[in-house]
Amino acid sequence: MVGGPQGSGIDVAANIFGRACGNGGLHVYGRREYHSNIKGMHSYFHLRISPEEISANVNDVDFLAAFDAETIVRHLTEVVAGGVIIVDKGQVDTRVLDIPSMSHEFKSEFRKYLEKEKINDSLGDLLAFAKKKNVHVFTVPYSELVEEIGKKLREEKIARISRIVNVLAIGISFGLLGYELELVQRAVRDVFAEKPKIVEMNVLALNLAYEYARNNLPAGINYSLPRISTSEKRIFLSGNQAVAIGKVLGGCRIQTYYPITPAADESEYIEAHEILKTRNSGDKAGVIVLQTEDEIAAITMASGAALTGVRASTSTSGPGFSLMTEGLSWAGNNEVPVVITYYQRGAPSTGLPTRHGQDDLRFAIHAGHGEFPRIVLASGDIKECFYDAIAAFNYAEQFQLPVIHLIDKALANSSQTFPFFDINGVSIKRGNILDETSEGKEDYKRFAFTESGISPRAFIGTRNVISWYTGDEHNEKGHISEEAVNRTLMMEKRMKKLGTVAREVPVEEKINFFGDQNAENVIVSWGSPKGAILEAMKGLISDGFKVGFLQIRMIEPFPREYVIKKLEAAKKVIDVEMNFSGQLAGILKEQTGIAADFRILKYNGRPMTSTEVYDALKNVFIGQAPERQVLTYGS
Amino acid sequence: MVLKWSDFKSDVFVDWCPGCGNHAILAALQMALAELGLEPHQIVLVSGIGCSGKVPHFVKANGIHTLHGRTLPFAQGVKIANPDLEVIAIGGDGDGLGIGVGHLVNAGRRNVDMTYLIHDNGVYGLTKGQASPTLRLGLKVKAIPRPNINEAINPVMLAVSSGYTFVARGYAFDTKHLKEIIKEAVRHKGLALVDILQPCPTYNDINTKDWYAGSDRIDPETGKPVPRLYRLEETDYDPNVRNLNEDFDKKIEAMRKSQEWGNRIPIGIFYRNELLPTFQDRITRRIPFYRMYPPAKQKISDEGGAPSVDVTEFFDELRIT
Repeated sequence: MVGGPQGSGIDVAANIFGRACGNGGLHVYGRREYHSNIKGMHSYFHLRISPEEISANVNDVDFLAAFDAETIVRHLTEVVAGGVIIVDKGQVDTRVLDIPSMSHEFKSEFRKYLEKEKINDSLGDLLAFAKKKNVHVFTVPYSELVEEIGKKLREEKIARISRIVNVLAIGISFGLLGYELELVQRAVRDVFAEKPKIVEMNVLALNLAYEYARNNLPAGINYSLPRISTSEKRIFLSGNQAVAIGKVLGGCRIQTYYPITPAADESEYIEAHEILKTRNSGDKAGVIVLQTEDEIAAITMASGAALTGVRASTSTSGPGFSLMTEGLSWAGNNEVPVVITYYQRGAPSTGLPTRHGQDDLRFAIHAGHGEFPRIVLASGDIKECFYDAIAAFNYAEQFQLPVIHLIDKALANSSQTFPFFDINGVSIKRGNILDETSEGKEDYKRFAFTESGISPRAFIGTRNVISWYTGDEHNEKGHISEEAVNRTLMMEKRMKKLGTVAREVPVEEKINFFGDQNAENVIVSWGSPKGAILEAMKGLISDGFKVGFLQIRMIEPFPREYVIKKLEAAKKVIDVEMNFSGQLAGILKEQTGIAADFRILKYNGRPMTSTEVYDALKNVFIGQAPERQVLTYGS
Repeated sequence: MVLKWSDFKSDVFVDWCPGCGNHAILAALQMALAELGLEPHQIVLVSGIGCSGKVPHFVKANGIHTLHGRTLPFAQGVKIANPDLEVIAIGGDGDGLGIGVGHLVNAGRRNVDMTYLIHDNGVYGLTKGQASPTLRLGLKVKAIPRPNINEAINPVMLAVSSGYTFVARGYAFDTKHLKEIIKEAVRHKGLALVDILQPCPTYNDINTKDWYAGSDRIDPETGKPVPRLYRLEETDYDPNVRNLNEDFDKKIEAMRKSQEWGNRIPIGIFYRNELLPTFQDRITRRIPFYRMYPPAKQKISDEGGAPSVDVTEFFDELRIT
């Protein structure tokens, strides 16, 4: 774990750390936590490294690299016996209860902890306490190292280079781990590739810190990080990036957004890559990213674009989606293939702007006035984010309806290593399109009644074809109609598309099932808890339990028959999700009549770790769990 | 084939009140489209909610009848996706200056090459006559229980200050003049706004056709009414920005001119500047092939459905082993 005040380069440190491990053939999973603040508040990156692919954090911290005292205060209890704390020598005398960026509520809790453990309130006292618990404390004179770098670079204004502490901390960490320096140097060069002026300064800092750690290696540290040779081509990416790449591959050519956490990174990443490479040099591809005045404009602008035949999408979070609801209702009524990428965060209202939550499942399903068909897809991991971003556009055009792609902060801001995504099977399906050579373009009816509910769609601008759209109830031609008979037929035409989706989308795109098909204990979940659940299952299986896990990926329309089939034999159905009420459990009951016997919930803004999911599931399996367990790990 | 005005009439019954200014605005629009030589499939009329929102249904051209106040973002989405289309946004004064005014202002920052017509009658017609944002302070039109307690927005001044590069005002019942203004607005390179004064015979019993015609002001010498409206082009007013150095002064002049109201109300073009880059120009600077391959005309897959885009460079950038 790497922690420090916001603005001190935590993100950069995390990226270097992850890439350095990845360069050595290791797998990495890392989660970013930060305040809604620009500078000064506590932020950290929790990174897990393994020879195998991993998909969640655990509760324990082996290495804690702290840029400031607060990081140690906040994470001291997570460091395991035998673990290492890397601390700035200049911080040791800090009176921890005087740290201004710590909230009153946290301080009062922490004061009680200090009293209970009989610790005085300087950081040095805390570190002495850690040492008693067999934690190694490695003190680094960061300011001396910075000065040394300053001398080497002939830079007199030390303040200018003080930000380099983040790279120093990395150098110290890898030095203590005895990791190959060259792999870290490569990561530094990659991360600063676009800033050639500061690359060498950072490499110098890295080398210096690494050497310092090697020269001052304390006895008894039992960690080492050997590289693993692999011929596999791998990437290290975040959920935001996975969605962005999926979108452009899937044909997105207009993306609209209004700045909001944690969605905006996706749009900015696309904009930075607005001119795309094509497989045939004759083809041209470019995405226009439009920053709009608000989310109402974002969805309506994307919808207007979609009517011309462009694959258009918008990305937002809860508050933005609230504003989008009238546009969503219009898109539903007008059968517009628009994609909304919805990054959930802790709600209601502004809620926890930079923290995690899965509070908005029901909102995504029900948002917008009136009844209209929509698809709600929920990705469970970063890789699914990529493929679902493509699928969302296909569904939108095949079924001519808005598609909401539900992601969350834990996926958006976590980064993970993967083998290169396989794109050979990716296919673009545009549905029923009427072009200028088709029959029926004279007297064209955009909303013609059909068996499937899907009418031939002409892009606006198609030669000699005229389309009308309206948010009013309309006839087949798209003109306003308040006729009772037409209303009934048009409602049925739209709504029967849900049945068409249910029939035509293959089951493997709607649910995943992991573990024992005949298990008596079946977990049901959606979205980002998937990673922690899968890891927890490994432990449970090695304990001798039989367990199955049903991950629901398409939540609207709900894959009722498949879910019933998977759950009807289960003795215990255990719902796991990141909200207060167990929204999926409610939907499950409504759709299938099956009630979850147990709910494992969390709503403190921090993603589930595999450790706590394992513990909670085990409680259920051994018959010692209440019907509702609330998880609380994280700071 | 040269199309006539009547070729732009759809078969939908025009259900506005008899005597409504909308009939004349519709006619002016249809005539303008015919005279501009446009074909119905090249045109997109995008409207909001209210009486004016129905315009697209009455015109034989692509029509998108959107949400209250959201005319402009829909319209900009269409135009940016396919700049070959001729996009005309249409909305009421409540639609554009009340619920949608944030979009109106921000559209000015983009200068997308399209036209925006505001039907300006001072009232919300479809909801039975409430005061709209252009009704003057203290006026008590028929259906409101008390005199209007809010100041009015001046659409011309707002448009000029928001960055619209063509700002004009027309009058529904000076239909030929309005038609010419619409044509100029459509031809303009950049975002054009036309504020169209229009009587609402049902709910605005103050700014009536007779009021605009000056029926209450009889010239004692001729015995005829003195109209309130006069045409800017018949004065020495010059709306055109010929070099960017004079842009600020032209804007100030337009805003000052737009303050005239009451006994003398100018119609015509207040401000025109074609020297500024449109949004299309700005995109082209970043994506050079935009004009030839706008988003709506890019091939996104081959015949078999394989994506056109090659994302290996994304993966190479993120590559670690």
